[in-house]
Amino acid sequence: MFNIIAAESEVNILRLPLDELIIGTLAFGIVFFALAKFAFPAISKTLEARADAIEGGLARAENSQAEAAAMLEEYRAQLADARGEAANIRAEAQSEKIVMIENARGEAAAAAASVTERAQAQIEAERSQAMASLRRDVSELALTLASKVVGESLTDDARARASVDRFIADLEVEAAK
Amino acid sequence: MSVVKFSGDTSCPVTPHLNSGCGFPAPNAEIFFLEPYATLNIFGMDFVIGKTSILAALVSIIVATFFLAAARPRKMIPGKLQSLGEQAYLFVRDQIAREVIGKDGDRFVPFLGSLFFFVWISNLMGVIPGAQFPIMSSLAFPVALTLMVYGTYMYIGMKTQGPIKFFTAAMFPPGVPKAMYVLLAPLELLQLVVTRPVTQAIRLFANMFAGHLLLTTFTLAAYYLISPSVIGVLGSVTSFGVTVVLTGFEMFIQGLQAFIFTLLTAVYIGGSLHAEH
Repeated sequence: MFNIIAAESEVNILRLPLDELIIGTLAFGIVFFALAKFAFPAISKTLEARADAIEGGLARAENSQAEAAAMLEEYRAQLADARGEAANIRAEAQSEKIVMIENARGEAAAAAASVTERAQAQIEAERSQAMASLRRDVSELALTLASKVVGESLTDDARARASVDRFIADLEVEAAK
Repeated sequence: MSVVKFSGDTSCPVTPHLNSGCGFPAPNAEIFFLEPYATLNIFGMDFVIGKTSILAALVSIIVATFFLAAARPRKMIPGKLQSLGEQAYLFVRDQIAREVIGKDGDRFVPFLGSLFFFVWISNLMGVIPGAQFPIMSSLAFPVALTLMVYGTYMYIGMKTQGPIKFFTAAMFPPGVPKAMYVLLAPLELLQLVVTRPVTQAIRLFANMFAGHLLLTTFTLAAYYLISPSVIGVLGSVTSFGVTVVLTGFEMFIQGLQAFIFTLLTAVYIGGSLHAEH
């Protein structure tokens, strides 16, 4: 209890010594000067530079991503082009093939037709030849037969030959009927 | 049984023990008035060179050196020191300046940061072994800081709002019935001019004063009661335990009070910048 009485009489906790006020102000002043003039502007600049670097990096990444996307798009377009071209080529080849087949078929058909025609012509020729030779042979045979029957040679007689021919023609008409 | 002597007795040591027959030296306001080491006379003025002023100079050097060293590397990928400095800076900028004042609070970051770290490290001196004296428990220091804060927000208020508008805006807050101004206007003026600076200084001072007193009491008790008896051991151990817990609590209060002091400064500056509409 001694102490408290002593305290009240000797010390005043609310006193404000001028030297301590000045020391306090100076001490704070040094801190403020160092921080405001050097430290905080430097830290602030570093932070800004870092933010810039990060943002720049992000922008760069975004750019390259866009570039890559554009390239991919280009490649896709090229691929589609190539595919289309291939399809075209294939279609062209197909149509060419059809044309060629068609041509070949036509040619073959023409060749076949010409062969048939020639064969027919030959057959016709041979037939008419055979017919002529047959007609001659038959008329000779008939004349021989008739002369034998009649007893006179009709061989060189033009009239006899004509009558035989008429007869054969009549036969042919009969046969045709 | 020996006669119990009070600790005020000159025959008792500064930190007596129970066995010495001296009473418990309950700490009082005297522990805040330390013997000066020397007195320096500059321009006819006596400067007391004592624990408080040396610690204040030390705090000043520690805070300034820390931030200068942390700001120096300026690397994109910061080291530990640079990172710590940046976090300290960002804490003041984002949690105090921008949070309270707004976007135009950025130009007050150096002032607010200096206040916060100067006050915080000054307070921390209360528990740092060897120092163990919170500078802000000496009223002159909070007052010196508060005077600067007061000058700052008064100047800013009168500059941005005009010398008359600044006071009238504070005295006649909008949205109050006209008749209330009879009561409100003088109170608001008193608040702006007197209450704010006084409470800001005393809040910091009283918190540090009380904390130091409490810590000293239990520290002394732990020593005073130590003796080979059940009560002695129990009392000493309990006191020591309380000292440890209180030290942790005190560190929390030290940070909190530094934060509150700075936050209030930001609030006052913000009020000076933007009048209530």
